[in-house]
Amino acid sequence: MQLSREDLLESYRRMKIIRDFEDFLHDEIAKGEIAGFTHLYAGQEAVAVGVCEHLSDDDKIVSTHRGHGHCLAKGCDVEGMMKEIWGSREGLCKGKGGSMHIADVDKGMLGANGIVGAGAPIAVGAAIAAKIDGKDENGNLKVSIAFSGDGACNQGTTFEAMNMAVVTHAPAIFVFENNHYSEHTGFEYAVGTDKDIASRAEAFGMKVWRADGTDFSAVHDTMREVLEYVRAGNGPAAVEFDTERFYGHFEGDPQRYRAKGELDRIRAERDCIKKFRETVTEAKLLEGADLDKIDAEVASRIEKAVESARSAERPTAEDVLVDVYIDY
Amino acid sequence: MARKMYRDAVRDTIFEEMKRDPNVVVLGEDVVGGMGTAGGPEAIGGIWSTSGGFYEAFGPDRVIDTPISESAIVGAAGGLALSGKRPIAELMFADFIGVSLDQIWNQIAKFRYMFGGKTKCPAIIRCIYGAGYNAAAQHSQSPHGILTGMPGLKVVMPSTPADVAGLMRQAIRDDDPVIFMEHKALYGMKGEVPDDPDFTIPFGHARLTRAGQDVTILATGMMVGMAEGAADKLAEDGIGADVIDLRTTSPLDEEAILDSVEVTGRLVIVDEAPPRCSLATDLAAIVANKAFASLKAPIEMVTAPHTPIPFARELESAYLPNPDKIEAAVRKALAYN
Repeated sequence: MQLSREDLLESYRRMKIIRDFEDFLHDEIAKGEIAGFTHLYAGQEAVAVGVCEHLSDDDKIVSTHRGHGHCLAKGCDVEGMMKEIWGSREGLCKGKGGSMHIADVDKGMLGANGIVGAGAPIAVGAAIAAKIDGKDENGNLKVSIAFSGDGACNQGTTFEAMNMAVVTHAPAIFVFENNHYSEHTGFEYAVGTDKDIASRAEAFGMKVWRADGTDFSAVHDTMREVLEYVRAGNGPAAVEFDTERFYGHFEGDPQRYRAKGELDRIRAERDCIKKFRETVTEAKLLEGADLDKIDAEVASRIEKAVESARSAERPTAEDVLVDVYIDY
Repeated sequence: MARKMYRDAVRDTIFEEMKRDPNVVVLGEDVVGGMGTAGGPEAIGGIWSTSGGFYEAFGPDRVIDTPISESAIVGAAGGLALSGKRPIAELMFADFIGVSLDQIWNQIAKFRYMFGGKTKCPAIIRCIYGAGYNAAAQHSQSPHGILTGMPGLKVVMPSTPADVAGLMRQAIRDDDPVIFMEHKALYGMKGEVPDDPDFTIPFGHARLTRAGQDVTILATGMMVGMAEGAADKLAEDGIGADVIDLRTTSPLDEEAILDSVEVTGRLVIVDEAPPRCSLATDLAAIVANKAFASLKAPIEMVTAPHTPIPFARELESAYLPNPDKIEAAVRKALAYN
C-alpha cells in the first residue's frame, strides 16, 4: 500500500533523526565526551521506523543494547535521550540509565536492555497484559514487540519467550534484526539453523515473515500484514529483517572482522536511507528538495540536542540514593 | 480470627486480593495443574496447594499456567508489571532462581532505578524454599541472602500463617518488586489469622516473639520456631531471651535489633543458609558496627555449614540448625566474660 506524502516525509524524518543522532554520537564519543559503552543503530533505521510507525503509545516494545533507534522511532524525546547519554539529571532516566537503559514507559517503550536476549520474556509479559485488556472497539488487540538481533536469537530466554507466547496465545511479535554480527562473531558461524532465524520461530508454531530490512517499504508493508494478523487475536508472530550495521558492536570496535571494502559496499548498496531517497524521488512521490529540507532541519535539531546535553544539569552524589524503591 | 494453615493463608490472601483487584494475576508452573491432560485444568491445583480454585474463579487470562520456563515466567512478570498489572509469579522451588536470575536481578529489581524513577514494577516472585523434606541439594536451599543483597528487591520471610496473610497482602498492594519466601516445611503449620480483608503488616517491622533480658536471638522463617524452642528451654533455667523474627530482610528493622542488643549485650543469629557472605554475617556486621559498645560477648552464629544440602535424613538433620544448637550457642555467649 502506498503511503501518503505526509507519511513518507514523516518516515524519512524519523529515519534521518536516528541516522544523525548516531552519526553525531559516533563523532562525540571519538572525542571522549561521553562515558560508558555505546552501541549505535545506524544502518538499521528502516526496521525501527517501519515497525514503530504502525504503533500507538499503548503498544509496547522492548529493545536491545542497540536501542537508540527503537527509542527514537517509538517517540522518545530526542533531547531527553541525548541528555541521558551525556549522563545529565535532565536526561530521560535522570542519568541513571545511560545509552543501554533508555526507557519511556508512557510511550510504550519498556527499555533498551544491556543483557542480550533479556527483552523477549518482558515483551511476552506485556503481550499477556494486552491480551487480558482485550480488544478495542474496532476488534483490535494492543501488541507488544520484542526486538532481538541475530545474537539474541541464540539465547535460551528468547526460545522460552517464543514458546510461552505461543502457549499463552499472546499478541507478541518477535522482530529479529539480522545485521549479520553478534558482537564480533558472524551470523553464519553462530546461528545453527541453516542461516535462518525465522525458521526457529516457525518451529515454535508461529506464523513468520521475512523481508529486506534495508527496504523501508518492504518493512512497512510486511509489518502491516503482521500487525493485522496479531491484532486480530491470532496469537504471536515473528519477522526476520535482513539488515546492516554501519558501525561496530560498540564504539571503539576496530571491526577487524569485516571483509575488505565491506563497509563501503554496504553503505553504497544497502543504505536504507539512501535507498528510500532514490525510490521515492524516482517514483516522483517526493522531490529531492523536500528531503534536503528535512536533512537540514534534522541536522540542526540534533546539533541543538547535543548543545543542550553539553550544558544540561549534572547529577549530584545525593541522586545516587534516589529511586531505588518507591517506599522503603 | 480463623485458624488455618500457612499454605491456606497464602492461597486465601491471594484469592481475596484477586477478587478485590482485577489487575492481580498469577503465573507459574502447574499453578493450574493438569492443563493439556485427560484430567483437565485443576486436576492438581498447584503442587503446593496454594492456588486451588483460582482457575475456576478467575479463568485462564489471570491464572496463567506456564511451561517450565523460569526465565520467561519472571520476565513475563516484569512485562506485566510494567504494563499496569500486579503479577504474582511462582517459582515452584526457590532453587530455580538460578535459572531465572537475570530477570530477577538485572531486570525487575532495576527497572525503576535505571529508568530514572519514572516507572514502578509491582511484581511478586513467590519462592518456595528451605530444607526439611530431604529434597537434597537442588530443592532445599534458602537463597534469601543472595536476594537480600540485591538493591531494588524487597525480601519477605514469613514464619506464621498470620504473618503470611499480612505480609502477602502488603506485598500485593506494594508498588515495588517483592521476593516472597515461603518455607515449604511450614506449609502445614496452623495458626490464627485475622479476618480483616485489609489486614496488612508493613515491611521492615520485626516481631518480638519472646522477651528476655539476657540474650537476643535473631531468626527468620522456619528458624523462628527453633529459636523459640531454644528460648523456652532456656527460660526453664531462668535465662531470658529476646527472640526477634525479622519478617523482612529487605527492608531490615535495624532499630529492633540494635535496641534489643543494647539491653542484652549478647547476640545469637540463626540462619538456615550457609555462613559465608550471608544474612547471618550481614546482621553480625551491622551489630558489630553500630552496637559495639553494647556487646558483652562475641556474636554467635548458628547456620548451615559451608556445604551443599545433603540428602540422607541423618545428614540433613546434621546440616540444619536446631533448638539444641541454638541453646548451646546462647550458653556459649552467656559464658563469655
